[in-house]
Amino acid sequence: MKTRTVETRKGCRCRVLEGGSGMPVVFLHGAGGLLADNPFLDRLASRYHVFAPELPGYGESTGEELLEDMLDFTLHGWDVVAALGLRRPHLVGHSMGGMIAAEMAAVAPGDLDRLVLVAAAGLWIEAHPIPDIFALLPAQLVELLFQDPERGQQLLTGGVDFSDMEAFKNFYLGQQRRLAMAGKILFPIPNRRVSKRLYRVTAKTLVLWGAADRLIVPAYAQQWGRLVPGATVQTIPDAGHMLPYEQPETFVDALVRFLG
Amino acid sequence: MKFTWFNLMPWPYLPDDFREKNRSVWVDIPSTLYDPKKGHFVYHQYMDQLEYAESLGFDGIGCNEHHQNGYGLMPSPNLIAAGLARRTSRAAICVIGNSIAGYNPPIRVAEEFAMLDVISGGRLVAGFPVGTPMDTNFCYGQIPALTRDKYGEAHDLIMKAWAEDEPFAFDGKYNQLRWVNCWPKPIQKPHPPIYIPGGGSIETWDFCLDHDYNYSYLSFYGYLRGKSLLDGYWERVAQRGKDDSPYRAAFAQIICVADTDAQAEELYAEHCLYFFNRCLHVFPPFADPPGYRTVKTIKYGALSQLRMEAQRIMQGLTWKQLVDERFIIAGSPETVRQQLEECITGLRIGHLFCLLHTGNMPDWKTRHSTKLFAEKVMPQLRHLWSDWKHDDRWWIHPMDDRLHPEEGRPGAEKARQEWR
Repeated sequence: MKTRTVETRKGCRCRVLEGGSGMPVVFLHGAGGLLADNPFLDRLASRYHVFAPELPGYGESTGEELLEDMLDFTLHGWDVVAALGLRRPHLVGHSMGGMIAAEMAAVAPGDLDRLVLVAAAGLWIEAHPIPDIFALLPAQLVELLFQDPERGQQLLTGGVDFSDMEAFKNFYLGQQRRLAMAGKILFPIPNRRVSKRLYRVTAKTLVLWGAADRLIVPAYAQQWGRLVPGATVQTIPDAGHMLPYEQPETFVDALVRFLG
Repeated sequence: MKFTWFNLMPWPYLPDDFREKNRSVWVDIPSTLYDPKKGHFVYHQYMDQLEYAESLGFDGIGCNEHHQNGYGLMPSPNLIAAGLARRTSRAAICVIGNSIAGYNPPIRVAEEFAMLDVISGGRLVAGFPVGTPMDTNFCYGQIPALTRDKYGEAHDLIMKAWAEDEPFAFDGKYNQLRWVNCWPKPIQKPHPPIYIPGGGSIETWDFCLDHDYNYSYLSFYGYLRGKSLLDGYWERVAQRGKDDSPYRAAFAQIICVADTDAQAEELYAEHCLYFFNRCLHVFPPFADPPGYRTVKTIKYGALSQLRMEAQRIMQGLTWKQLVDERFIIAGSPETVRQQLEECITGLRIGHLFCLLHTGNMPDWKTRHSTKLFAEKVMPQLRHLWSDWKHDDRWWIHPMDDRLHPEEGRPGAEKARQEWR
C-alpha cells in the first residue's frame, strides 16, 4: 500500500492508504484508527482498488476542529470520496467506520455500489448495553476488542515498547487525540439515531460480525439485519470485535464473495 | 487577605474496605452506600458548620457542585446556598460553582444565581467551573472534546442575560433561545464577582484574563505541588500586561489546627486519611476522558489531580507524608500560621479556601479546628497584601440596608455575640 494525502473542499487534510486496481473499495476505520499493520488491506488490494482514508485527528490527518457532529462526519466521508475522484465505490466500514458508512448510505443512497458493515457501531439495544470505551483501563479495552487478548495487545500497540517512556507518551497522546475525535459521535452513547434513516439505504448490504465480539455483541448484527432493507447477516467464528485484524483471510474471503 | 470556609460535604460513612471493594468513589459508586436518613443529619451538620464559620468572622462560606459521588454531596450547590442566604447576613456566599456546560439551557444558572444574589442582599460569589470530567462528561453526558466550546457558549449567554436590559435572541451552537430575558437580575452590578475554578487546564488562565475573573486553583496536593501551576499563571498575567493583584487568584487548602502539632495528629489523622484514601479514590479513566484535556495541556504536563500518577501517590499514604509534603497544613496555631504564610505569599493568592472539615471529621473536631483557626491563625495573616487592601474587584458588594433574617431565629443572639 502507498500513502497519499487528499484535501477535502471543507479543508480537512487526510492521509489515505491506497493500493491495487479494479473496482474501488473505500475502507473506513474504527475509533482506534488504522493499526500499524493492516494485512487485510493488502489482501483486499490484490483484487480491488483499495482506499483507506484516516479521519482528521488520526495519524497525520488534520482538520478535526472542522468536524463536530454526525452530519459533519457523514458529509466528510462523501467529501473524501469526491476528493479521491471516485464514483459509486463499495463502502466497507468497521465499528465506528461502519456507523459512518451506514449514515453515508442513508443520506446518499445512489452514490455507492455495495455496503459492508463490520461490527458496526451506531445502534443501541437496551438489553445489550455496549461497554463505555471511554472509561476503560488499557487491559480492559484489549479484552473487549480481541478474542485473544494477548495477541490483540501486540496488534494494538504495533510492538511499541511501553517501558520506553517517550514511546508510551507518544502512543498515549495519539490515543487521546483519536478518541477525542471519536467521542464526538460515540460519547456518551454511540447512537446518533441512524436507525431512523436506514429505510433509505438501497445499496446491497452485508452485515459482518465476529461471533466472539464482546464489545458490540452479535445481537447487534441481527438488529442491523432487521433495519437495513434486504441486508444479509454473516457471522464469523473465532473472531472478536477486531475481526479484520484477527481473521484477515476469512474477512477478505467474505468480502470477495459478497462484492464479487 | 480573605478567608472562605469551604465544605466539600463528603459522605462520612464510606466503609473501611471501601477502597478494596469499589473501584471508584465517583460515577459508579454503589448508591446503596448512601443512607438518606443519616444524610438528613449530615446535611444539617454541614450547613450548621458553614453558618458557624460566619459567626467566627470568616469572610466567605463556600460550596460547590458534584454528581454521583461520595466525595461531595452537592449535586445542587444552589440549594445549599439558598439555605445559607436565609441563615446568614454578612459573609460572602461562594458557590464555586455551577458547571455550566451541563445545564440545559444555561439561562437557568443566570436565573438561580440572580435569585441567590437577591435573597442574600448582594453576597453571591459566582463560580463557573468546566466541571470535573467525572461530573460533566460521565455523569452529565457532555462530549469531552466539545465541553470547553459548550462551556464558553454557556458563559457568554449567562453574562449577556445579566447585562442586557431588553429581551434578545440567542442563536448559539448548543442553545437556541428566541427570547432571553433574565428575571430577576443580580443586585451586584455589572455582575457578582466571577471565580473560575481550575484543576490544571492552562486554557483557563487566558479565559480568566480575557474577562478579568478570579482564577481559583483547586487541588488537594498542597502548595508545594500547586506552585508550578500558579507560577505559570502569574507568568501569563505578566505577559498579558495585567496588574498582579493577589486577589486575582485563590487556592484551596486542607487545614487542621490543634493546640500542639502532636495533638493535631491525634485529633485529625484518621479523618484526613479517610479523605485521601476513600474520597479521592477515583477510577482513573473517569478522570481523563480523551478530549477533556487539550493536547496542549497534556503536553504541559501538569500533575493532573486524580489520574494514574495521582492515584499512585495515594497508595499507602501516612499522616507524616501528608504533613511533610504539605498536602495538608496541620499543627499548632503557630505551625499553621507559618506554613500558611509561606503558602499565601509563595503562591501569591489573596483568597484562601479553608478546608477545615475533612473526610469523616466529626462536628466537634471541625468546630474546634475552625475556632482555633479563627482566633489564633486568621488574625495573624490578615495583614498580608495590605498594599492591595482597597482592591475589591474580586469581592462582593452587598447592599447596605439588607435584611438579617437569621437574627430572628432562636439562639441567634449567642452566635451574633460570638462574632461581634
